[in-house]
Amino acid sequence: MTLDAKIPAGPLDKKWTSFKNTAKLVNPANKRKFEIIIVGSGLAGAAAAATLGEQGYRVKCFCYQDSPRRAHSIAAQGGINAAKNYQNDGDSVYRLFYDTIKGGDFRAREANVHRLAEVSSLIIDQCVAQGVPFAREYGGLLDNRSFGGAQVSRTFYARGQTGQQLLLGAYAALSHQIALGSVKMFPKTEMMDLVLVDGHAKGIVVRDMVTGEITSHAGDAVLLCTGGYGNVFYLSTNARGCNVTATYRAFKRGALFANPCYTQIHPTCIPVSGDYQSKLTLMSESLRNDGRVWVPKRKEDCGKAPQDIPEDARDYYLERKYPSYGNLAPRDISSRSAKEVCDDGRGVGPGGLGVYLDFSAAIKRLGKHVIEERYGNLFEMYHNITGEDAYERPMRIYPAVHYTMGGLWVDYNLMSNIPGLHVLGEANFSDHGANRLGASALMQGLADGYFVIPNTIGDYMAGQFGKQVDPKAPAFAEAVQSVKDRVAKLMSIKGTRTVDSFHRELGHIMWDKCGMARNKEGLEEALQRIPKLREEFWSNLKLLGGPNEINMELERAGRVADFLEFGELMCLDALNRNESCGGHFRTEYQTPDGEALRNDDEYAYVAAWKYEGEGKAPTLIKEPLVYEQVKLSTRSYK
Amino acid sequence: MNFTLEVWRQKGPKTEGKLERYEAKNVPAEASFLEMLDIVNEDLTHKNIEPIQFDSDCREGICGNCSLTINGVPHGPGRGTTCQLYMRKFRDGQTITIEPFRADSFPLERDLVVNRAAYDRIIQAGGFISERAGSAPDANSVPIPKIVADQAMDAAACIGCGACAAACPNGSAMLFVSAKVAHLGLLPQGKPENDRRVLNMVRQMDKEGFGNCSNYYACEAVCPAGIPASFIARMNRSYSVASIKESIGVTV
Repeated sequence: MTLDAKIPAGPLDKKWTSFKNTAKLVNPANKRKFEIIIVGSGLAGAAAAATLGEQGYRVKCFCYQDSPRRAHSIAAQGGINAAKNYQNDGDSVYRLFYDTIKGGDFRAREANVHRLAEVSSLIIDQCVAQGVPFAREYGGLLDNRSFGGAQVSRTFYARGQTGQQLLLGAYAALSHQIALGSVKMFPKTEMMDLVLVDGHAKGIVVRDMVTGEITSHAGDAVLLCTGGYGNVFYLSTNARGCNVTATYRAFKRGALFANPCYTQIHPTCIPVSGDYQSKLTLMSESLRNDGRVWVPKRKEDCGKAPQDIPEDARDYYLERKYPSYGNLAPRDISSRSAKEVCDDGRGVGPGGLGVYLDFSAAIKRLGKHVIEERYGNLFEMYHNITGEDAYERPMRIYPAVHYTMGGLWVDYNLMSNIPGLHVLGEANFSDHGANRLGASALMQGLADGYFVIPNTIGDYMAGQFGKQVDPKAPAFAEAVQSVKDRVAKLMSIKGTRTVDSFHRELGHIMWDKCGMARNKEGLEEALQRIPKLREEFWSNLKLLGGPNEINMELERAGRVADFLEFGELMCLDALNRNESCGGHFRTEYQTPDGEALRNDDEYAYVAAWKYEGEGKAPTLIKEPLVYEQVKLSTRSYK
Repeated sequence: MNFTLEVWRQKGPKTEGKLERYEAKNVPAEASFLEMLDIVNEDLTHKNIEPIQFDSDCREGICGNCSLTINGVPHGPGRGTTCQLYMRKFRDGQTITIEPFRADSFPLERDLVVNRAAYDRIIQAGGFISERAGSAPDANSVPIPKIVADQAMDAAACIGCGACAAACPNGSAMLFVSAKVAHLGLLPQGKPENDRRVLNMVRQMDKEGFGNCSNYYACEAVCPAGIPASFIARMNRSYSVASIKESIGVTV
C-alpha cells in the first residue's frame, strides 16, 4: 500500500490557490442532495457543520456533550495565531509557516502547513464578523501578544478565554444553521463505529446516551472532528469525556493512524495530589517570565518547608542547564528536566512529583502589586485548587499531558485513506509534526472547519452523484449488531474492578513508559503489561446499572476498552521511532549534553499504521516527508 | 475528611425521586467536590449500589456542564462552578445535600442530570450574527472602542450552565438571555439584527416556560462567570424599543 497525499503541483506558495482554481465543485442544487455526517462539535466540527450547512449541504452533527457549546475547545486559554502582521514586526505567511514547521521539529507536511498559514488571516476576519470579542487597543484595533516559538506578536486573544470565545462563535454559527434546518444536531449521542459500504465511509453507529438506543445513520461522507487522545494517560488537561473511540473505531475499519506517539506534555500544571484526582489543571506558561524553577539539591531537604531551604541548597536547574534561555526554555525541554530531577528523588510535595516555581525574587524586585497585576487570576486559581498562597510560598508545578499531535492520516483534502472519511482538527495528524506551538491548535481547528474542508470536500462529493447509499444495506445492520454485542459483553462481565481503576492503571503504564521520556526497555515492558491489563479488563470489569439508561460508567467502559488497545499502538509507534524529535524523546537518542537527537536520514517520514485484525500486529506504512522549501536544521536552546 | 451526603436519586424522568443518605469517608481536603463524588461512586459500586449519575466534563470551570445544587445553592458555596469547589471549604463531619439544578424548563433525566436544551433553543432563536464564512471584511476595518469590546467580553463570558435559572425563584433565564443580547448587541457587527435578536430570543425564552425577572438578583449571586444583572435592564430596554418598532412596522 502506498500513500498518495494528493499534494497539488507547483511552487509551495501557489499550491492552495491553484488547488482552489481547479478543485471540483458541486452546484447548489446538487449540494442539497448530499448528507454529511459530522462527529464532534468543537472548533473543527462546529465550524465545518456551520459552513457546509451555509453552502447548502444537509448536515447531521453529533456530540457526546449535552450541548455543542461544551466541546473541549472551550478550555483553550492563550490565543490564536494569524499572519496578519498588524504589529508591523515583520510577520508574514512564510514566517508563520516556517515557525510551525520548525516548532514541529521538521516532522509535518510542508504543503498542509503552508495552507494553514495562508488561511490564518481569514479566520480572524471571520471570527470578528461573528462577534468574537477579541482584546483591543484604545484606538479600537485588535491587540496581539507574543507566544513561544515565535519572534513576532501574532497571537490574537480574548482575555484568558480565547478557546471559549472562538467556540461560542462557531457554536452561534452552528445554531443559526440548526434554526434554518440545514444542520440537524444530535447531542448526548456518542459515535460507536464507522460503517463502510463498498469501501467508502457511508455512515456511523451511535448510542443515545439517555435512552441507550443504538442506531445507525447513513450519509454521503463522514467527517471526524473528535479531538485528541490525551486521556489515554488517564490524567491530562483534557476534559473527562475526551476519548479516542471515534478515531480508533475508524482505525479498526481500515483508516491509518499516523504518528500516535507524538504527544505534548505541558510543563506548568498543578501537580497530582492523590489517587482520587480526576484531571490536571494548566497554569499559563507566562508565569515562567517571573518565576524561577528549582528543587532542593539534596533529597533530604525535600520534606522541609521551602523557606527553610537556604539559597545555596537550591538547584535552579533550568538556569544551570540552559543559561541563555533559563526558566523560559521551551516546553519539551522544561518538562523533561522537571521529570529528571523528580526521578532523581528531588521532587517536592505529595508523592515527590513537583518542582517549585518561585516568585519571591520577582516580588522583592518588582513589588507584590506588580505580580498581582500580571498574574492575579492565576494565583487565585492556584489558591482555590491547592489552598496555598503563592505570594507566600512557591507554587508547585509539574508537567501534564496536554495535546496530541498524532491522529488519523489524511491527504491534502483532509481525507483519510478510506474514501469519504475526512478528519479535521486535533483528530488528524497533519499540521503540527512532532510538537505543536502555542496558539496553533485553535488556528488549525478553525482553518480546517471554515476554510479547508468547504473547499476540498467537493473533490470527493462530485464523484458521488447517484451513489446514494441505502440505509438498509447489510453493513449498517451488521455494524449496529456488533456494537450491541460489545455493549452486552461489557455489561455481562460482572467482575470486581471499576472502570476507573483500570483506566488509572493504564494511565500509570503510559505515563511511566511512554510519557515524557521513553526507551526501548520501558516500551517493551509496556507492550507486555497492556495486553495483560486488557485481558483483566474483559474478565474482571464491574459495571452496575443497565445499558438502556443514563449509565456513565458504561460510557467510560467503552472508551477505556479502546484506550486499552490504543495504548499499545502508541508504544509500538514510539518503539519504532529510533530517534528523538519534538514531544517524542527516546533516552537512547540524545546528544552528549542531553538534547534530542533527530535522525533525518532514517526517520523523516510519517508513520502510518494499518490495522490487520484482532491479535495481529499492525503494519507500518511510511509517507516520506519531502521538504522542497525548508532546510532541516537542529534546534538549540543553550 | 468525612461527610454525610443526602443525594437526590431518581431513576428516570417519570419515576419518583428521593434523597438517599450516603457516607463519604476518608476524602482528601484537596479533592474537588466532583472528585469526592467519584470516590463515593467507587465505594457504592463495590457495595453493589448503582453510582450517582452527574454531569461534568472539563472540570476546570469553563464548559458549564457540571450542575449540582449543593445545600440549596446552585454550584454550592463560593463563586465558581461545582467542579471548582474543593472539599476544604466544608467542615469535617458536615452533612451535605446534593440536588440537581431545579427549574421547570430543565427536565430531570436521571439523578442529578437535567436537560438544558432549552438554552440551546434560545440561542438558535437569535443568539448569532448572520454571516457566512468567507464573506467577512478585514478584521481591523471596523474599530471597536476598547470599553465596548471589554463590556461585550464581560457578557460573552457566560458559560451557559443554567445556574441563573436554577437559583431564581421564578425560574427565569433572563441573565443568560440578556448576556447574549448584550454581547452581540454591543458590537457593531451585531447591530443590524439587534431588534430581531432580542424579540426572537425573549419569545423563545417565554415559550420554553422560563419565568420573568422580578429583581431577586439570585442569578447574579450564583453566576460562576460573574455576569452582572444590569444586563437584564439593558435587555428590557432593547426589548421595549424593538417591540414598539415592530408594532408600528419599522423593524423585524
